[in-house]
Amino acid sequence: MTTARDTVLARIRAALTDIPGHAETGTPARGYLAAHVPGGPAALLDLLAENLADYRAHVHRTTAGALPAMLARLLADRGTRVLVTPPGLPPDWLALATVERLPDDGSLTAHTLESVDSVITGCALAIAETGTIVLDTGPGQGRRLLTLVPDHHICVVRADQVLASVPQALPLLDPGRPQTWISGPSATSDIELDRVEGVHGPRTLEVCILD
Amino acid sequence: MSGAYLGMPAFPEAAKTSTKNEQLRANLTHATHTIRDKRAAAVGELDDWAQLRQAGKEIKDNTLARLDHYLLQAEAAVQAAGGTVHWATDAAEANRIVADLVHAKGESEVVKVKSMATQEIGLNEALAAEGITAYETDLAELIVQLGDDLPSHILVPAIHKNRGEIRDIFAEAMGRWGRPAPDGLTDRPADLAEAARLHLREKFLRAKVAVSGANFLIAETGTLVVVESEGNGRMCLTLPETLISVVGIEKVIPTWRDLEVFLQLLPRSSTAERMNPYTSTWTGTTDRDGPQEFHLVLLDNGRTATLADEVGRQALRCIRCSACLNVCPVYERAGGHAYGSPYPGPIGAILTPQLRGLQSELEASLPYASTLCGACYEVCPVAIDIPEVLVHLREQVAEQVEGHRVERAAMKAATWLLDHPAALTAAERAATRTRALHPKRLPLPGPAKAWSDTRDLPALPAEPFRDWWKKNRKDGSR
Amino acid sequence: MRVALFVTCVNDALYPGTGRAVVTLLDRLGVEVDFPAAQTCCGQPQYNTGYRRETEPLVLRSARAFEGYDYVVTPSGSCAAMVRDNYPRIGAKALAQGRGSELADAAASLAARTFELTEFLVDVLGVTDVGAYFPHTVTYHPSCHGLRMLGLGERPRRLLEAVKGLELRELPGAEECCGFGGTFAVKNPDVSAAMGADKVRNALSTGAGVLCGADNSCLLHLDGTLRRQGAAMRAVHLAEILASTETEVLA
Repeated sequence: MTTARDTVLARIRAALTDIPGHAETGTPARGYLAAHVPGGPAALLDLLAENLADYRAHVHRTTAGALPAMLARLLADRGTRVLVTPPGLPPDWLALATVERLPDDGSLTAHTLESVDSVITGCALAIAETGTIVLDTGPGQGRRLLTLVPDHHICVVRADQVLASVPQALPLLDPGRPQTWISGPSATSDIELDRVEGVHGPRTLEVCILD
Repeated sequence: MSGAYLGMPAFPEAAKTSTKNEQLRANLTHATHTIRDKRAAAVGELDDWAQLRQAGKEIKDNTLARLDHYLLQAEAAVQAAGGTVHWATDAAEANRIVADLVHAKGESEVVKVKSMATQEIGLNEALAAEGITAYETDLAELIVQLGDDLPSHILVPAIHKNRGEIRDIFAEAMGRWGRPAPDGLTDRPADLAEAARLHLREKFLRAKVAVSGANFLIAETGTLVVVESEGNGRMCLTLPETLISVVGIEKVIPTWRDLEVFLQLLPRSSTAERMNPYTSTWTGTTDRDGPQEFHLVLLDNGRTATLADEVGRQALRCIRCSACLNVCPVYERAGGHAYGSPYPGPIGAILTPQLRGLQSELEASLPYASTLCGACYEVCPVAIDIPEVLVHLREQVAEQVEGHRVERAAMKAATWLLDHPAALTAAERAATRTRALHPKRLPLPGPAKAWSDTRDLPALPAEPFRDWWKKNRKDGSR
Repeated sequence: MRVALFVTCVNDALYPGTGRAVVTLLDRLGVEVDFPAAQTCCGQPQYNTGYRRETEPLVLRSARAFEGYDYVVTPSGSCAAMVRDNYPRIGAKALAQGRGSELADAAASLAARTFELTEFLVDVLGVTDVGAYFPHTVTYHPSCHGLRMLGLGERPRRLLEAVKGLELRELPGAEECCGFGGTFAVKNPDVSAAMGADKVRNALSTGAGVLCGADNSCLLHLDGTLRRQGAAMRAVHLAEILASTETEVLA
């Protein structure tokens, strides 16, 4: 019996008879730039901060030493009572925070997360040109639903995780891991093609960049 | 073809009504002009846009030239990562596969990420016929679904509705589909988005099965990519137990690296952002994270027929950014519904007749729904020469479609006349001699009436240029 | 330098004044121009409506009519684009269909020598001030084929800005199509009329007395719309403005 798979593949081969040999075709021209911004690490951090803020993320610049105090203050300001944390989160980050913590052991459900106020994670890397943080479920990031259901996400980015561009970021990411690229909080352009922030994902995104 | 679009009138008839709808015209003009300038600014930020565009075009062309190879590679990679791959030659097969998968889970509802492929195959209607309710979760798709409407734009399916109309739809219909809209809902976009958030949240938390499309399918790794803004995509791709992705076979790209081109081209071309808020990538299934069952449905439904056309196949490069709609003066006046397909605007005018064939007056009229002004080609991030394909398809219509015989005869006669300058001169002189008798508008039906209903016919000159030249300048001529 | 005027069928039959203006202008610039009488139409209406085979005799006719000229100059961006963009396509298809290289050769030869008027003035003759005088307020509509297929860019504008007495007013939405589109105007009359109405509204909003264009086919549509509305604005081809002087008013 002919399967749909056989049919589709046969149709494709029949459709391509004009292409000589139907063999290896050329490699695409990659005349585009590897990055659009020059400059050292400090300039990249500035650009990342600027682009994240442009898409309505709240950006905080601090140092590793001052991070615990900043996180404690951000959570207090937000009025967070319950904070979900992923496995592998550096323990010192929350050393000064007084909120109730809910560590994910892999069993938290979306329903449970509905009643959680905030989530805090690190990231795999960040891209300055586009104002993007990338999560790949690695240590300190956790399962995808942790950063999806709560309405408030705090993400900590270390300076050495910041790259200039998408072409620089992709080789460092493992496509075998599920990834979430985040550029500002949830938004929509569906009403009159005007951008409005805040629909289903966390409506408040705070990014702490460690200089 | 989806039943929703059966029996729709040809483009000119549909446009006759829509061009006179002042509210629709105002909504479309506002929305398309808003995004146009933003896109130009977002694209203008990149000095290497031309090179990115060239790379996007070449990657897609190279993939299409070995499409069988890349699909088999993708299939193997998805299976190796724990996914199941299905193939569908047409809409009916794809719908059957999805319905059977939902039934097998014992479910009667699914949540959906906005997907052009499932619009194209009429999946929601097919599932409804099987007793399965599909909930659209993209804000604009929700507006369309609640309003019992049809989408009219690729990126913003409810572009034809303004905020006031959306408020009315939410207030009136949300209660019938689940959680009602809050009392006293205003037309502020932020309030409307909040109403959608509350309405859909219970569905996200309840759903066991989600249906999505994909923007890209990476052959070497089997990775799927969904690009979105609202987070409804993340909800559908993460929370349910089972995920079914219906993906057109032209969505495959060879390598993970190739994303570096498309993740730069797509957001700036579609929503005019440096990057869209959320991009999700997944490869098969992941232990204890996200859906534990993943099905990929590879859809043909006219794509291989399109691939067989050497000129027309470039339409398969399309990454559904909708930049061409936003700059199209015809789309702006006629509106998306006139195109009788989920693919409106310039790309729809070349994609729909190729995917469906020239089966009715509607498809045959679409290649003519353009002035060939070229604005679409200029903004296309993968350099689809839409005017070239339009003209190419007009040739097929002229050859294949009944009713074009009279036009062909007229074209042949015109060519004969134009290939015989003496006869042409005689015709021109005859016209100029009787010019005082020519009215400014014509009462008879046909092309002349179509012209003169809104425009005066030009006054004819006393003599054609060639006669003036002959009388005054002939000495200098050979 | 042997220069031929490709007047185009629309100008020959309906707008001979534009042809006369080009001759006058080139005379004044010291360019002797010829008008090969064997020319007729470039075949764009046929080609763009889907009748490629019916266009082929006109490709050959045009190529023969303009054989031996160094430059073929036409006051139409649309017809120039037809020759430059579509003639090679028609030739390539005939070749691919095994019908020989006659069309392809003809197309290649003519395409390389065909210039739209403003290109010829600015690029070949190297002039932007053509010594014209036109004491009116003018707004300029850049037709699509000149704008996008030929990439005329700032050329028409620079020529207009150098005209003595002329006041140029910015046309809102200038780069949008006017809605003519050849047979589009009759196949999709409602959309065409809506586009024309918007273009005319934008033109009138400038308060200019003259709507200038470099393609009489677009002006045919826009002038017809203006006339029907009884508007106090007239559509004038760029060549007629550039040909006008203090002593000779051609527009």
